[in-house]
Amino acid sequence: MSTANPSFDEAPGRSRGHRLSVARAYLRSVPIGVQLATVVLIVFLIAAIAPGLLQTHDAYRTDLLSGLKAPSGSHLFGTDQSGRDVFSRVVAGTRQSLQIGLGATGVALVIGLLLGVAAGLGGRWTDGTVSRFIDVLFSFPTLFLALLLVSIFGAGITTTIVAVGVGTSPGYARMVRGQFITVRRAGYVEAARAVGHTRSRIVRQHIFPNAIRPLVAIFTLGVGQSIAFASGLAYLGLGVAPPSPEWGALLDAGRQYVTEAWWLELMPGAAIVLFALSVTVVGRHVQERLEGNVKVEDA
Amino acid sequence: MSDIEVIGAAAQDSGPLVRLEGLRVSFGRSVDDRRVVDGVSFELHRGRCLAIVGESGSGKSVTARTLVGLTGRRASLAVDRFEFAGRDVSRHGDRDWRKIRGRDIGFVSQDALVSLDQLRPVGKEIDEAARVHRVGGTKAERHARVVELLDQVGVPDPELKARQLPHELSGGQRQRALIASALALDPQLIIADEPTTALDVTVQAQVLELLEAARDRGKALIIISHDLAVVSRMADEVLVMRDGEVVERGVADEVFRNPQHEYTQRLLDAVPSAHSRGARLSPGEPSRISAVRAVPDPAVAPADPSVPLLEATGLVKSFRGPDRVVRTVVQDVSFALGVGETLGVVGESGSGKSTTARIALALETPDRGEVLLGGQPWSALSEKERRPRRNEISVIYQDPLSSFDPRWPVERIVEDSIGADVQGAAARRARVEELLDQVGLPRAFRRRRPLELSGGQRQRVAIARAIAPRPRVIVCDEPVSALDVSIQAQVLDLLGDLRDELGVSYLFISHDLGVVHHISDRVLVMSEGLAVEHGEADDVLLRPRHEYTKRLVAAVPRLRHEPVREARVA
Repeated sequence: MSTANPSFDEAPGRSRGHRLSVARAYLRSVPIGVQLATVVLIVFLIAAIAPGLLQTHDAYRTDLLSGLKAPSGSHLFGTDQSGRDVFSRVVAGTRQSLQIGLGATGVALVIGLLLGVAAGLGGRWTDGTVSRFIDVLFSFPTLFLALLLVSIFGAGITTTIVAVGVGTSPGYARMVRGQFITVRRAGYVEAARAVGHTRSRIVRQHIFPNAIRPLVAIFTLGVGQSIAFASGLAYLGLGVAPPSPEWGALLDAGRQYVTEAWWLELMPGAAIVLFALSVTVVGRHVQERLEGNVKVEDA
Repeated sequence: MSDIEVIGAAAQDSGPLVRLEGLRVSFGRSVDDRRVVDGVSFELHRGRCLAIVGESGSGKSVTARTLVGLTGRRASLAVDRFEFAGRDVSRHGDRDWRKIRGRDIGFVSQDALVSLDQLRPVGKEIDEAARVHRVGGTKAERHARVVELLDQVGVPDPELKARQLPHELSGGQRQRALIASALALDPQLIIADEPTTALDVTVQAQVLELLEAARDRGKALIIISHDLAVVSRMADEVLVMRDGEVVERGVADEVFRNPQHEYTQRLLDAVPSAHSRGARLSPGEPSRISAVRAVPDPAVAPADPSVPLLEATGLVKSFRGPDRVVRTVVQDVSFALGVGETLGVVGESGSGKSTTARIALALETPDRGEVLLGGQPWSALSEKERRPRRNEISVIYQDPLSSFDPRWPVERIVEDSIGADVQGAAARRARVEELLDQVGLPRAFRRRRPLELSGGQRQRVAIARAIAPRPRVIVCDEPVSALDVSIQAQVLDLLGDLRDELGVSYLFISHDLGVVHHISDRVLVMSEGLAVEHGEADDVLLRPRHEYTKRLVAAVPRLRHEPVREARVA
């Protein structure tokens, strides 16, 4: 975003050792909760990219003799009704779940941004029209919108991503619109006009970055929320179908055995919660850094 | 109010009403942690007024709040002796203070809009004290009392106003309603924390009269203020505070006539007025502008002195409000600003002075009339035609923080308004450093963000940004109203230096007549969208001819004794 504006380059010629100590100092300033959440996210990432590194069993191999075993040393998260290792299945499901979480949030953001920016930056007529459209979308319950799409296009991972994305997009659109309208009226936008910058430069240099900034945290919150929504769809049998180990599908599959095998629900559920929580914690931290929440010092 | 029982009724006429010794307050875990009030002591008798003056961070407001038991949970408090009406109140808890607040001590805080409940009629708010303390008789009697109080504090149409919500009242009316609620139970002590800071001068005068009347009825008064003129009018005794300590105390007349402490002297010197014209307000050297200015200024091309730099004729502007009613904010305003000249625009809130400024900056288009910049059309141009000439006129706002992009460090803010005539990263960087030098900011501040700066430093950054494109005119919209006196003095001095060195002209908008008189060559007085008087600063402000200007000038509180200024030449 800084192409139009040459900012001064950082002091050159810093040694590698110096950079390391800077990194260490930065690490020390990061709260322990954020560090933990980062480690958790890295583990999830490994599970998504190379599940084989973490899996203890084949996620799909059935072993009817050892069905519905409680968590133990040999099966960390227990086994399901077909004797499949739940831990390995949760690991195997990570990639799809993350795809759904990130993908659906991405879809929602794109739609939300398009609508929100049009309403927030457009004139009175554009704003009125787009806002009414957002209101119409809003009047459908989120899950209903998603269900509608699934029933039209059929269940599957792509439909799930699109369905959850569309379902959650009106919220984003409204937020984006509010942001742009607020920032448009900011004193620094008028100051930039007085300096003589063009409208497009002001939008690029002030309005866009400032309006978008709070959305970083919203995005991270949305990832967890999307996974939960997708799980809801899967739970209703309209998401990714079993035997896929997607977390929502796992929840759906375990539902019949919930009285005798609690781990079938708890383990994938815990994975969803843990992932959503970690993304949120890291996201909030990133946002705080970006907003420069610094203490006011007397000088 | 004979039905109100007063505490310590027998002992009340003899000793002082308030006796405070060695008050220490700190925020943090222990009393020694971060001390904001350090050893404040005083005695206050009935019918007397004590003023506590100081700048932000001096601990004056914390002291005031402590006197009504509102120091806050995070504060630790220690006091050697604290008596109210002959009673020891040093160990009072929340519950004990609630019995005293409102009934025996009335508290008027600074911001009426924040202090009044937005969703409750003003009358209910005033009635609150009576209800809480279960005095004042039936509902009808209490209502009558509320209306009577509003009438006493000069709120017009009290029957109606009592039923209205705070936002339906004007700022002055709200502040008076707040005073009415403090006076409701006729308390023996009234504490007013910056009671007039947010108000226009004429309203301020009314509010001060109200408080004086209470004092004359035998009430004790504590006024917290940064405004030495207000204090000098009201106070019998003065405490001057700095960094939590009392640096000077004494009879008001004495303190103002013959200040003993160097800080008090400096505060008095810093007050701008007719007498300070041409003199510096802050101690220290003039800024080093001439030494730094190696680059010749292309913008200060020899202009034809007979052509005004900025000329406005017959400006009219109206807005349609949310209630669809069209209001004419500016009607028929004309002025001309010459090279190197300062035109002060004074007026109270709603007089249309800020809209006039925005029209001059071409951020608003006038409905009728025209603005010429350097003899050329300006307001009549399209934005596209105007853009290349925008560097000729720049602006300094009252609130610099909101005029800075919060993501940007100082260097980016300043660099952004340097014109295209400076090319290349190195040259632009050098120009930023030069500008920081000119406004007296250390170069190391380049990387700071606005939030990491103090109010005065922020305004210096705003000034650096304003002079960066080498403008010929700078529109200053209340540039010092948010600053402490001593900081205000420094910023006014800086603006004066820049005018002398760079040859810029100022359109200087302010509600503060002292500030305007100090800096302006000529003055334009605005009232309700009209330019009512226009002329040389001394003529307009010392010998006003128009009725409104006369009232305005008369309403300004003045130091009873103008400080003796050493003959310092700027």
